[in-house]
Amino acid sequence: MARHFAKRALWSAISLFALVVAVFFMSRMTGSPADLYLPLDAPTEMRVQFEHLHGFDRPVYEQFFSFLGDLLRFDFGMSLRQGLPAIDLVLQALPTTLLLAFYSITIALVVAVVTGALAAWRPNSIFDRIATVLSLIGASLPNFWVAIIGVIVFAVTLRWVPTSGTGSVAQWVLPIAVLALRPAGLIVQVARSSMISVLSSAYVKTARAKGAPSRRILFVHALRNGMLPVITVAGDQAAGIINGAVIVETIFGFPGVGKLMIDSINYRDFAVIQAGVMVTAIAIFLMNVLIDLAYLGLDPRTREEMV
Amino acid sequence: MSDMTLESQHSQPIAQRRIGLVFMLRQDPFAFAAVVVLVLFALLAVLGPTLLGDIATSMNLRARNAPPFELERGFWYLLGADALGRPILARVILATRTTLLIAGAAVLLSMVVGSVLGLIAGYRGGFLGDAILRLTDIVMSFPSLLLALVVLYVFDPAITNVIIVLAITRVPIYLRTVRAEVMEIRSRMFVTSARVTGAGPVRLIGKHILPMVFPTIVTIMTLDFAFVMLAEASLSFLGLGVQAPNVTWGVMVAEGRNYLSSAWWLSFWPGLAIALVTMSLNLVSNWVRMVIDPVQRWRLEGKGEK
Repeated sequence: MARHFAKRALWSAISLFALVVAVFFMSRMTGSPADLYLPLDAPTEMRVQFEHLHGFDRPVYEQFFSFLGDLLRFDFGMSLRQGLPAIDLVLQALPTTLLLAFYSITIALVVAVVTGALAAWRPNSIFDRIATVLSLIGASLPNFWVAIIGVIVFAVTLRWVPTSGTGSVAQWVLPIAVLALRPAGLIVQVARSSMISVLSSAYVKTARAKGAPSRRILFVHALRNGMLPVITVAGDQAAGIINGAVIVETIFGFPGVGKLMIDSINYRDFAVIQAGVMVTAIAIFLMNVLIDLAYLGLDPRTREEMV
Repeated sequence: MSDMTLESQHSQPIAQRRIGLVFMLRQDPFAFAAVVVLVLFALLAVLGPTLLGDIATSMNLRARNAPPFELERGFWYLLGADALGRPILARVILATRTTLLIAGAAVLLSMVVGSVLGLIAGYRGGFLGDAILRLTDIVMSFPSLLLALVVLYVFDPAITNVIIVLAITRVPIYLRTVRAEVMEIRSRMFVTSARVTGAGPVRLIGKHILPMVFPTIVTIMTLDFAFVMLAEASLSFLGLGVQAPNVTWGVMVAEGRNYLSSAWWLSFWPGLAIALVTMSLNLVSNWVRMVIDPVQRWRLEGKGEK
């Protein structure tokens, strides 16, 4: 098992490195940041001085190697826009995004698994049909559109919640609801079909025959096996939820990593873009490890495969 | 015994099978409605720009942000007008072609590239197969929207670049599915016997393996079309997708963002168009999966036989 994790970690390290190289060279191809930060009529000496100060006048490979050296110390350089270390800005924004993602995926999972299980209990019942249609709608709607409608209805018209910011609990409601909608829709579909097949298996019939209560059969006996495909899909959705976070943070003015990245891209802030990419990639790698561990806990067969 | 069934399947006229499909579609009202919606939007994409190009781009400053459901300015102002007084209904129709074209091209490109790489990885296996698989891990381990944003910032967001970026983020889906299926099919008896009788790799893949994988690829494509449409809309919404004068539904939603509190209809209608198409695609793909899956097919083949 240790070997399995070592192998995974090695491949992830290679992936991370490839990402860094790609992002470094791409961001250097956008042209000189001097054009962006200095006034249009800035004299040439000022431009030269600016580029020299930030090291943009050295050959690209030299910039890359000094960047790699700094990388090992988690030093991504200073943010050009804010004059602070880039990694600090990213780490400052990270908790907001992680909390947003955590609440959304947890709420999506709980709501969707319960709905999916109840729908699977009596396939083709009224509840099942309503759940299927609603989950399909949830999985299909564009999240920025849902966010905009949410703002119009709940913030502008009804004035139940503020339009942006993170100060109060009310400000978290809309973003979390918008972000949870799509994963919830997808997970209901997976949970339903997985539970239908588990509920028709022999051991569930045995449990029913010996007179176990329905609630216990559904949520204790069947759910444990029915959860496996759900966790795979939930894991795939976790990277997707970062995509969604970029949009939701932009619309609701949340000071998270997504908004920071968009702002940095708009201001050509190399250092912050790279720090953001690295931190996001590491976060996703850690989450994949957690999903692997969840699998180990739920399905003993995978333990043998991984040895 | 197997001869009998083979023959009876074979002798069934193609026309009759087609009628069977249409019949099964009529049995499922949701799937039927979804197909109608998709056909309608496809027609709009083909005809719209030729018929409405002038109406959709003519500005009318007296109709700036005109509210919907007022017919005194004419039929095209039914859904209101945007900040430059252009009728929204006509603009939504005009944008259909670009929106569907980008999504369609990205889906086709990622399907071809992903399937070819998946075939190679699954058929050859070994180090090459492993390396290809790991390459997709890199793409998959990172949020596709951030990746696309960074790439589109560096290269200018022309339509071809948007298509290529969207395709790159979707290649892993086809690659992994095709690879897994090919590895399973490759070890089956009929492939082995074809190999023993002297079929080369080209013939093996083209005649024996590919036809078996194809239904799965088609199912993924319908689902992925919806996904790519949403991704394109998100990019355009963030300002790094297609640029003016080209217009997609995502661009229209983004344009309306500044007028949210005063003119909701600017963003609402194009978003509704996106939602309608993605929902229809999901419904159709669910239906296709049921048709392909023999275990569930009985649900569609006539109601009396339950």
